[in-house]
Amino acid sequence: MITNPRIVLPTNAKIGEVIEVKTVVNHVMETGNRKDVDGKPVPRNIISALSATFGGTEVFRAEFGPGISANPFVTFPMRVTGPGVIEVTWRDDLGVSIKEIAILEILAEQ
Amino acid sequence: MSKSNNITQSAHISAGPPQAVGTTVSRRVVLAGALAFTALLVDPGSAATVGERTVFFIETYKKLVGDTEPEERDVKVDILETAENGNTVPFTINVTSPMTPEAHVKKITLLSTGNLQAVVATFYFTPQSGRASVSGRMRLTCTQDVIAIAELNTGELIRGQTKVSVLLDGCGR
Repeated sequence: MITNPRIVLPTNAKIGEVIEVKTVVNHVMETGNRKDVDGKPVPRNIISALSATFGGTEVFRAEFGPGISANPFVTFPMRVTGPGVIEVTWRDDLGVSIKEIAILEILAEQ
Repeated sequence: MSKSNNITQSAHISAGPPQAVGTTVSRRVVLAGALAFTALLVDPGSAATVGERTVFFIETYKKLVGDTEPEERDVKVDILETAENGNTVPFTINVTSPMTPEAHVKKITLLSTGNLQAVVATFYFTPQSGRASVSGRMRLTCTQDVIAIAELNTGELIRGQTKVSVLLDGCGR
């Protein structure tokens, strides 16, 4: 299950500035290395892909292995070219994916 | 693993932080709740190592870099020297780069020398990234070196690394 996706953007962004985009989502990131109390291996299920687009164009992509902690929290940079929509998609081993969007607003000229 | 194994291995390893010595069973008794992940972890001591690096890491690294060792420059792997909780170890990787279409970082591969799986994550950038940096949280099952390899648009590979001590060492070495 992938739940509770969140994107955090700075509230005041200027064109040309490089901002940090924080992303987090709830997911157990089951490594496949664990055994349950009966000694049976717990099957791997991790979020293996994160993809971020701005205005429909990919700006960042990540592939995760089991070494990324549960509830993967990733911060990546992006140069601001104007206002627009950031969309992040997370996909796990079971093929489940979830999307979240955030609207980037530009600090108005004074 | 028996104590004599630890002593034999130490002879080959350059001085590093002292590691808690204790039996795996008593460690499992102590770990509970938030550390349930580590408590149920299949003993990664089964990962064969050469020195302090797992065989998986050595093979993965060789496939990634080929015959030439990447130059150690411009790649900063920022992780606190001591991780209290190996379940969630914050990291930041920063590669010095102008991030222009002519000179930028295309991807960063984050590698663990001690975990069962060598590739922690791979991060892909474009000139519009503005900066070649990424932060996240990783799992470290034991004290080890964490290595980042950055691939530039020219195809050149560069690297950086740092050593992290994990207080509850789960690798049975």
